[in-house]
Amino acid sequence: MTQVTQDGLVCALPDRSAAADVRKYQDALVIREILHTARTIAVVGLSSNVLRPSHFVGFYLQRHGYRIVPVNPNEREALGVQAYASLSDIPFHVDVVDVFRAPAFVPPIAAEAVRIGAGALWLQFGVISPEGAQIAEQGGLKVVVDRCMKVEHARHMGRMHWLGFNTGVVGSQRQSVL
Amino acid sequence: MPETTPRAFGFDTRAVHAGQRPDPYTGARAVPIFQTTSYVFEDAESAAAYFNLQEYGNTYARIMNPTVATFEERVASLEGGAGGVAFASGLAAQAAALFTMLQPGDHIVASGALYGGTVTQLKHLSRKLGLEVTFVDPDDITAWQRAVRDETKLLYGETIGNPGGNVLDIQAIADIAHASGAPLMVDNTFATPYLCRPIEFGADIVVHSATKFIGGHGTSIGGVVVESGTFNWANGRYPVVADPSPAYHGLAFYDTFGMYGYLMKLRSESLRDLGACMSPFNAFLFLLGLETLPLRMERHVANAVGVATFLQQHPTVESVRYAGLPGSKYSRLVEKYLPHGAGAVFAFDLRGGRAAGQRFIESLRLWSHLANVGDAKSLVIHPASTTHRQLSDDELVAAGIGGGTIRLSVGLETLDDLLWDLERGLAAASATRVDGVAAEVPA
Repeated sequence: MTQVTQDGLVCALPDRSAAADVRKYQDALVIREILHTARTIAVVGLSSNVLRPSHFVGFYLQRHGYRIVPVNPNEREALGVQAYASLSDIPFHVDVVDVFRAPAFVPPIAAEAVRIGAGALWLQFGVISPEGAQIAEQGGLKVVVDRCMKVEHARHMGRMHWLGFNTGVVGSQRQSVL
Repeated sequence: MPETTPRAFGFDTRAVHAGQRPDPYTGARAVPIFQTTSYVFEDAESAAAYFNLQEYGNTYARIMNPTVATFEERVASLEGGAGGVAFASGLAAQAAALFTMLQPGDHIVASGALYGGTVTQLKHLSRKLGLEVTFVDPDDITAWQRAVRDETKLLYGETIGNPGGNVLDIQAIADIAHASGAPLMVDNTFATPYLCRPIEFGADIVVHSATKFIGGHGTSIGGVVVESGTFNWANGRYPVVADPSPAYHGLAFYDTFGMYGYLMKLRSESLRDLGACMSPFNAFLFLLGLETLPLRMERHVANAVGVATFLQQHPTVESVRYAGLPGSKYSRLVEKYLPHGAGAVFAFDLRGGRAAGQRFIESLRLWSHLANVGDAKSLVIHPASTTHRQLSDDELVAAGIGGGTIRLSVGLETLDDLLWDLERGLAAASATRVDGVAAEVPA
């Protein structure tokens, strides 16, 4: 829906919760690059239940112009799009693999993301798998851990400013029209 | 040239910039006042997405407003929190912070030295909403520990107490709170984020009366709640935050919004239901205040130290309760939590009781006699004859207020002028005359 390329400067956000090995996968500049360049996002664990976090995120990202590909063996379709049972079943290129699964399931998903040549592995809030992150990183993928793709999009390119959240974005250039 | 690393902007930079990037349509450099109740939707689908919280969008100004949001984000940035929600007053902010996390049967452990309005609110809330509150001596860490029980859902104190000047051992009390699976909430009004950032020491929620130093000019009533985003509301003890919400078709806020879950609930349920929203114009004035907060606090503190030192050396003064004086029993805590100063609100005790206190107040010509603190102008009040007038002498003692107790909020005037006026008042207070001519005592 919006294609925004003009950003403010990024201010480092304090975060007491994350261990150092997780924080290195929360680089704001990596996050921005992924959000700006990605077109196709495979959402692993995307539910058709509108109340699930995965549906909130998929709905939002689809609304903002990304091609969302549900990956879930228990769904035939979600968000009006055909679902695939696994990443390997997707017959086209995937830019980002966005994961809504328990941490124990992440390492094989990360390995599969490497095999299909995805550009980035993104692990949502609470999906903390240092092993999975390492597999993806060694496979040449950009990696983000314990961050929400919807929140980060809204922080850097969207309207998170409107709800009083600390976006960490500061600058004196005009905003782009949202 | 592309940036290669996020920059950690300084406090003063964020006090001026955080939360605002120039308006895309006009380029307005000042924060525009969006004096509007409502916002036109792009289309029906967008409207639905906003109301379902699937998209960040403006719906109605009781719940969100871009001018107010700029203020909220700026305070959150200065406090180092995940976000903020502004309210019509500090007490409204506090009530909403409690309303969002507590349910009947829950227990609060609170400092016994809290602001009187807070104590009254906690007592009323506990009676009407079935909560229990235990007040403890804030200086006694073991008292906090002893008061915690299975139903304890919140520990609450003030960075700097009013009017006793107690300094809270935030880290020690945060540790007690977290060991029992409860958050620590801190009222940081007297310190402001310039002097202390409680979240850095383990506090989970920070509340402010923005009316005071944040606004800084005595123009507007307002409050704000900031949350760290790091407390685990899904630890099984906060069903009102973590469980599916009937008001949003079963949406589980903490599950869905993660570190922003408490704040989303605070805004889209508590602010919506209680309705005590901040006006955009007040938010604009608070933003102006924040831009000069670092400069003003430096001067407030410097003048407070000057006034406290002067009073301490004055023969008519019995004691000065300013934590920033050398030898204060809070020196260790000030060094740790308030390295840039112990604020500018404190009490002192005059010799001569109530009558001396009244003569002192009536003789001042520059200090304003009123019930507020944190103004650019120096303020003074005599609790025994005003805010605490209904209390018996015994009750005053229990509240730490003597007949001769005077509370000061030191402003930004020329220090020598403040001392000149105080000297006049002290001379009148110690004079034996009570005929009103005391005001004519020469400087």
